[in-house]
Amino acid sequence: MLEIKNLHVKLEEEDKQILKGVNLTLEDGKVHAIMGPNGSGKSTLSYVLSGRDGYEVTQGEAHLNGLNLLEAEPEERAAAGLFLAFQYPVEIPGVGNMTFLRTALNSQRKARGEPEISAGDFLKLVREKAKSLKIDAEMLKRPVNVGFSGGEKKRNEILQMAILEPKMCILDETDSGLDVDAMRLVSDGVNALRDGTRSFLVITHYQRLLDHIKPDVVHIMADGRIIETGGPELALEVEKNGYAALLDKHGIAQEMA
Amino acid sequence: MSAVEKMTPAEARLARVTLPEGMGPARRAALDRLVAMGLPGRRDEYWRWTNPTDLIAPEPVPAAPFVDDEPALFGDVERLKIVFRDGVFDAEASDDLALSGVEISRLSEARDVNWASGLYGTLETAGQTPVERPFAALNTASAEDGVLIRVTGKVETPVNLIYIHESESSDAILHHVIKLEEGAEITVLENGPAGARANLVMEVDVAKSARFHHIRVQGRDHERRMLTGIFARISEGALFKSFTLSSNGALTRNECVLDIVGDDANAHVAGAALGDAKTRPFHHDDTIFITHGAERGESRQVFKKVLKNGAQGVFQGKILVKPGAQKTDGYQISQALLLDEDSQFLAKPELEIYADDVQCSHGSTTGAIDETALFYLRSRGIPTEEATALLVLSFLADAIEEIEQERFRDEIVTRLEGWLARHRS
Repeated sequence: MLEIKNLHVKLEEEDKQILKGVNLTLEDGKVHAIMGPNGSGKSTLSYVLSGRDGYEVTQGEAHLNGLNLLEAEPEERAAAGLFLAFQYPVEIPGVGNMTFLRTALNSQRKARGEPEISAGDFLKLVREKAKSLKIDAEMLKRPVNVGFSGGEKKRNEILQMAILEPKMCILDETDSGLDVDAMRLVSDGVNALRDGTRSFLVITHYQRLLDHIKPDVVHIMADGRIIETGGPELALEVEKNGYAALLDKHGIAQEMA
Repeated sequence: MSAVEKMTPAEARLARVTLPEGMGPARRAALDRLVAMGLPGRRDEYWRWTNPTDLIAPEPVPAAPFVDDEPALFGDVERLKIVFRDGVFDAEASDDLALSGVEISRLSEARDVNWASGLYGTLETAGQTPVERPFAALNTASAEDGVLIRVTGKVETPVNLIYIHESESSDAILHHVIKLEEGAEITVLENGPAGARANLVMEVDVAKSARFHHIRVQGRDHERRMLTGIFARISEGALFKSFTLSSNGALTRNECVLDIVGDDANAHVAGAALGDAKTRPFHHDDTIFITHGAERGESRQVFKKVLKNGAQGVFQGKILVKPGAQKTDGYQISQALLLDEDSQFLAKPELEIYADDVQCSHGSTTGAIDETALFYLRSRGIPTEEATALLVLSFLADAIEEIEQERFRDEIVTRLEGWLARHRS
């Protein structure tokens, strides 16, 4: 279970408050979506939860199954079952995708006191998971994300998720830059990982991803807070009317980008 | 007070130069060159960033040999081993100097090797213009040992020059001459620290359509000081490829002077250097000069340095394109990854072009570990130190790629991983 209480976050380098009291409880096995206009703090929330530098928590707390996330190193959070699918996956020339995947899996196993996976078992595991995501052997051999298309990068994120088997997955704008077919592939990959105990926090700007990954709960975030929480119908309402009406209702001035 | 006591260290060093027999007038000519140019000082343009004092001193600074606990380099490769112990050929440890397609002789026993006596010192002499290289002249004058290798065919078995450092005060001066006849091919492997102080020169003449591969690993000794000079002449349609891995070493200066004299020739020189000055100094200098004197030549310089705890790196690389060397394709990149704020990288990339239809590029960067990439790896559960090691390998990848043969590439990567494991934070 992920529990976020009254989370306040500012940028480390400048005096700018991004999150202004986020409260969220995500139970095991559930899929929550966070929607919101640009600049609402959605991505910041994902980074703070996974431990990226550059943010300062000024108030509040976040726990994952009892682990105080805000005091743990990023790798400790990962070993505890947290996974962030990046909006912009990073290219790492010279490091093979397979080496990367295996190092990540074995690091997590080691941190949890589990034995490392053998080369043979690992190969079998990767092949099986890659197949369903239509990731071919060539892509596995290439350096991490180097020369990958936008869709390939996102599929590679889901592949990592499938191999690392996290308890809590955060998807940060996973739909950005995807065409319809790629979105279906990625969504199918995510849906295949829904097993009744694994939880998902799906961050998205648009409703369309939620047609494929059906959420149990939808939150609307604006100005660093969750301003509305509801069922899937809330996403449809946003799709129909935009964010303007909701922002007006809560007295939040719209930033014109 | 005697005359000797009044001498400067450079004068004392010059006074000690003796000319071994053999190689005819080449040694006397080298000494004359050396006396005319003198040994370098800090004011010399190409010695501003590397202090030559310890190379000039009449006696080497004592350097404790390092006991290497890694398996022997290239141990799984079928190769012909030629071993030098503190700069002296060790017949017992070496293989029989017989290999099909190759003639090998010891320099000290080769008074009548005609092909070599015409070449000995010749490429070094050519490499003295426009930039003087006094230590190479010193080497030509006084080297007592080394090998002369003439390659007449395509040779599968690499020749491995192995340098062992045992004496704390050894001053190794070795001079090798390698001649590849038309269409010949060979791989020369070099590894080890050679001595407390070493001055190693290799002259390589690559004839038409011949292919020369060179992979060098300069040993793990922390205290050794080393100066190397490669002088190569590359003829029509020929290939010259050299890669050097340096980890540790109080002082390393690797000079490489390549002269493309025939059309459609390729010259690639690359290096990866890793230095941690936490307990002992690390200073590493690559000084490269590639001359394009013919058409459609292609040259690449790919140099990467990883520096930490105050380690120092220097790169001085030049591409000279002579008039008429049209369609030249010259590429040069030098990059340093500084793992802290105490380390330093100094780079001087130079292009000098006298032909109008050429393509030359150079770039030099100095940077730290990419924080975004580090976070990406850590978010997947990889601890900081291991993630950093992966990013260092990522940084070095372009240089490693310059090694054509996969088996050697893998062995170099294993050494890199070993270094990274030993030098965590």
